[in-house]
Amino acid sequence: MSGLMAEVAAKALNLGVPISAQIDLTYRCNERCVHCYLDHDDHGEMNTAEIKDLLDQMADAGVFYLNLSGGEILMRRDFFEILEHARLRTFCVKLKTNGVLIRKKEAQRLRALGVESIQISVYSHRAEVHDAITKMPGSFRQSIEAARLLRAEGLNVTFANVLMTENAADYQGVRALAAEVGAKATLDPTVTPMMDGDRSVLQLNVDRKKLQEVFRDAALVGDVEEFCTPPAGVDESALDMLPCSAGHTACYVSPYGDVYPCVQFPLACGNVRQTKFADIWRDSPQLNEVRSITLRDMQSCSQCAHGATCTRCPGLAYLEGDMRGPSIQDCEKSYARTGIPSENFKRKNAAPRPAASLNLVQIQGIQPEARNLAAAVPETSGAVA
Amino acid sequence: MKNNCYVARSTAIAARPLGDEMMVMSATDSTLFTLNEVASVIWQAADGVTPLDQIVATKICTQYDIALEPALKDAEALVEDLAAHGILLLSDTPLPQAGTSRGVTS
Repeated sequence: MSGLMAEVAAKALNLGVPISAQIDLTYRCNERCVHCYLDHDDHGEMNTAEIKDLLDQMADAGVFYLNLSGGEILMRRDFFEILEHARLRTFCVKLKTNGVLIRKKEAQRLRALGVESIQISVYSHRAEVHDAITKMPGSFRQSIEAARLLRAEGLNVTFANVLMTENAADYQGVRALAAEVGAKATLDPTVTPMMDGDRSVLQLNVDRKKLQEVFRDAALVGDVEEFCTPPAGVDESALDMLPCSAGHTACYVSPYGDVYPCVQFPLACGNVRQTKFADIWRDSPQLNEVRSITLRDMQSCSQCAHGATCTRCPGLAYLEGDMRGPSIQDCEKSYARTGIPSENFKRKNAAPRPAASLNLVQIQGIQPEARNLAAAVPETSGAVA
Repeated sequence: MKNNCYVARSTAIAARPLGDEMMVMSATDSTLFTLNEVASVIWQAADGVTPLDQIVATKICTQYDIALEPALKDAEALVEDLAAHGILLLSDTPLPQAGTSRGVTS
């Protein structure tokens, strides 16, 4: 995060402003990715008017960064109407899509509407591997063609890859393909549980050896020695640290209007069909509970050497039963990165599990710079007056 | 800068008030700016039809107890800088179709 971005985030936190939000417009999708955490049925999505009204409320509440995601956003026939309204309200709009439905006409329209960036899911540089993951023959060709069309329009494109057993050997190929297309690339090293709590998809996670290899790839993490350095421990000042931006300056809204602290934090905080967004943001007991939690309140993590540097996800901790507790998946990541067991491991007197049964999960959060392992999109910044 | 300079907010930007400041991001190069309180006043008043000197005289000088000449000089430098990044439009004739986004005025 650039200095100016950090200043803006700090000010938003101080003012209690939800500066960043993600709306999933639909959970419907034209792909059926093996690792996806969503079901793809429509259980009563917000209609066009409801979403426009939500956008108006979010703009008035101070939301600046707006991620529109899904499902596949272009499965909604009213997608461009929604996007036009978002840009009319001067959001900084980032899109997440598989690109399959993007042709030249759509690329030109996205350019005309001033979208800040488009993230396209690309899981391999080999069509057969990508298509096997998406379970959609031809999807690789269509996604890459979309990326090229968007780049031809001068749009910022990022390839979003998820590391899993099916494509463990291909992440460097994806990065090379991104460079050839003129796109950036991110790699999420872990698979997340399904939103209904089903953890079977975690079997797709790579083993520890592969994870350690990724954590030591300078092309991904930069300074390997710094990235993998053993933790210095927790000092008094660190105990007042907040876990992440979820619920503090960021939130997530589902296609059905449910508000959560984050897409990876399924703690229902209200529904915009019944309550105004600003009222939920300000008054939700659930959000206020999330906001009250600092490292000091986490019995295990506050005693852990990794406490100040861990990528602990409160949403994953919540899914494990206690939002003030550790996230075993992040304990595992800290161990793989540094070789130092967490306090949670020590207390349970449990050595890290055998590599074959690792369940590593990483948040795919609203603010990519907060959690993504590598290749976060560089942010340019300037200050005036 | 010419007399009767008109300024309008580009539609190719993202913008949002944050406290007494204004966040503005250029869609052309994703450069993020934060405008301080005074700059935000000029930004919000950039409707394409009000001359810059009138904006400065009525919105700045009266509220911030500053003389027109130095205030206008600073304002000209600001709008030229923002125009160079494509987030403000400058013209010596009115720009009535510009500056109509709702996000910064509602």
